[in-house]
Amino acid sequence: MELIVFITLLGLGYFFGRLAEKRHFKSTHDREKLHLRLPTTSLKRPMGTLPPVTESSLVSGNVVISVDYCKRILAGLRNIFGGQVSAYETLVDRARREAILRMKESCPTATQLINLRIETSSISKGAKQQIGSVEVLAYATALYCRPEA
Amino acid sequence: MFLTNTEDIPGKTIQVCKGVVSGSTVRAKHAGRDIMASIKNIFGGELVAYTELLSESRDEAISRMKQEAQELGANAIVNVRFSTSSVAAGAAEIYVYGTAVVVK
Repeated sequence: MELIVFITLLGLGYFFGRLAEKRHFKSTHDREKLHLRLPTTSLKRPMGTLPPVTESSLVSGNVVISVDYCKRILAGLRNIFGGQVSAYETLVDRARREAILRMKESCPTATQLINLRIETSSISKGAKQQIGSVEVLAYATALYCRPEA
Repeated sequence: MFLTNTEDIPGKTIQVCKGVVSGSTVRAKHAGRDIMASIKNIFGGELVAYTELLSESRDEAISRMKQEAQELGANAIVNVRFSTSSVAAGAAEIYVYGTAVVVK
């Protein structure tokens, strides 16, 4: 009985997890293209010379993403042998890109984003009932410039 | 109240430094949401309930920090940093800190 439950969970996780991940990567890719024109740096000063800055504000974007059941089992197996855990690599990649996109989407009129910082933390529910999820917060200072006449 | 995570505010000059201000909050989601998250955890994907929880608590922490800065008579906070830690099962602590300054 337990085996059946396990295999069902594994199958569900594999199927839906893959589908969701594929869809998410596609949407991330498309939205990243839209936001290419907004320069973002992790420098403390703006890049190049900017027209006088009229306004600056703190902008942020966050997301919590969890890994599916199948990947968690695979990662657990990988833990025995060691090496690259690609199941979790895609998870954090998705989360980071999504957080940055949300941050950019919250300030469509900004001229430039400077001092980008990314912070990752895991939200676990204790050892027994683990939720393999990560939270990513991206924050930056948005600069708004007077449009050049 | 201006907030930036850079050391100064572009286009403005810092006149007086008022010291470090901070705000923190610890929040947990009710059990129903936790169960939903556990189910979602089988399929993978975004846990919307937790995303909302954390962004709400971040806003709360920021407003506490702003209040502290206002009491000091500052009109801006520079060099803002966020930090998150999970205190207990299902609860998260959000801490935000920065330097309160007077700008002109």
